[in-house]
Amino acid sequence: MSEQKDLKRVAYYPGCALEGTGHAYDRSTRAVGKELGLDLVEVENWNCCGAMEVKNIDPKLQTYLSSRVMSIASEDMGFDTVMAPCNGCYHNLKKAEYDLTNDPENVAVTERLSEKAGHPTYKPGSVETIHALDWLKRAIGEEGLKERITHSLKGLKIANYYGCMYTRPRHIFPEKDQGPGSESTLQPHFMDDLLEAAGAEIVDYPLKTACCGGAHTLSDSDTSTKLVLNLLEAADECDADIIATECPTCHSGLEMHQIRAETKLGKKTNAKIVYFTQLIGLALGMNARTVGIHENVSDSINFFREKGLA
Amino acid sequence: MPIHEQNLIRPENIITNEELEIDGIDVSGHWSTFIESRVVTDYNEDIEDEVAALPGGEYINRCWQCGSCTNSCTVNAVNPDFNPRFWIYLVRMGMESELLRDKDIIWQCVSCNKCTYSCPRDVNPEGVMKALSHWLELKGHTPKSPSMHFDEEFADQVFSTGKIEEGRVIRGFFQRTGQPLIQDWLVELVKRLIRHMPVKLLMTMGLANFVRPRTRDWGRAQAAIEEYVLERDAANRKALGLDAAGDH
Repeated sequence: MSEQKDLKRVAYYPGCALEGTGHAYDRSTRAVGKELGLDLVEVENWNCCGAMEVKNIDPKLQTYLSSRVMSIASEDMGFDTVMAPCNGCYHNLKKAEYDLTNDPENVAVTERLSEKAGHPTYKPGSVETIHALDWLKRAIGEEGLKERITHSLKGLKIANYYGCMYTRPRHIFPEKDQGPGSESTLQPHFMDDLLEAAGAEIVDYPLKTACCGGAHTLSDSDTSTKLVLNLLEAADECDADIIATECPTCHSGLEMHQIRAETKLGKKTNAKIVYFTQLIGLALGMNARTVGIHENVSDSINFFREKGLA
Repeated sequence: MPIHEQNLIRPENIITNEELEIDGIDVSGHWSTFIESRVVTDYNEDIEDEVAALPGGEYINRCWQCGSCTNSCTVNAVNPDFNPRFWIYLVRMGMESELLRDKDIIWQCVSCNKCTYSCPRDVNPEGVMKALSHWLELKGHTPKSPSMHFDEEFADQVFSTGKIEEGRVIRGFFQRTGQPLIQDWLVELVKRLIRHMPVKLLMTMGLANFVRPRTRDWGRAQAAIEEYVLERDAANRKALGLDAAGDH
């Protein structure tokens, strides 16, 4: 990984969720990129990364599916960086990179499937997969962001929620835990850094990397509701107005089970759930509609109006 | 020999005496027989190899029972019976009947990977939980879990079009598990979703129900994947000593 690498123009892999429930994340990510002069070129004719579901059916198939995306970005489009805002996609591309570097059996399956599908086999090391957090942190940075802020998030108390897939398991993220400047797998802080630069007050949220139960959000809803309720109540305890998210599965899980906890358990919680890219967009002076605030289930429009941000 | 942990009081271990007097003291009532000596004869020595043959279970033999997995486990925090360390122990010891007592909750692993993060032996306990769920289903000890239905619905869509459409996955999942699509909290969710949503976006989302998102020229990839899945299913069944006819 080179910090100097130019991230002004990167391949963009939205993934299935960002075309559906995570539409607001896609919208705000593209809008923020445009505003900051960062060029996102969508990976042509991409496919699903395999997600957790295909991994559960067969991990090597997930490796292949992710490798096809990286193969298109590197071989067909000539990019050396793929930016994936979805934690699941980001995690899976990273995992595929690791598996194809370290496991000959995985390599054999990917070679075989790529050949039969008729596209070049992905060569590990050809692209670096980064998250939207890495992208903004490295391409713009806190100082660069501060200069562009027109509507400070001053007075907003934010709990940053990173979820599971962004940091675990550690071995697929070799660039993390590398000392100052790098991301921590135990106490991630890139979102804290960026939103603090945008003027927000970051609360000390102890459940940054706790699990929202996204894997069983429908198949074991009661467990997911318990896990999410814990996250929401902790945010309320911390006096946070907002839980900032960076994953469409976490985001919709939090929104969905906030309602489910209300309907099924009579437990009402107050934290608003907002994508971190939406918050940065507002701080850059963008319209609430442009960053898709109205697409969120968790209703924060009046809150942002009161704060003079919408 | 490691400490054999189990819930000491199990319903089947309780004996009841309506009237029992020992040395002049009335000891009638319910007594747990946990101190009764026992001899285990029904070891199934194949379980460890079978679980290790399924994807995710490869490194189960590395476990030295430190308990980091259970200690860090998300699900254990909401259900103390969810105990990956104990199940890994039972699999390695071949204590099948003991393992089967928990067969209906093993699939509930949420794959948060806290166990894999904290495991000092790179056992990949998350993978072991998935392998173990597959093993239980393939052996016929449990029906397909809701999670497996979801994974299959999702994977089938990816295999056939290269992508998924979430609404379709949700409907397919409810259909496979025989649940009604109209549930009070889902209705509430949709109400809140459409409150501020622009009509244009709603139409686009509605349209996705009819025009499925798909990866172009996916046919060859689909054929290659389906061929691989069949081979892989047959290999898994063979490793478990089952006949070749799978139902995937």
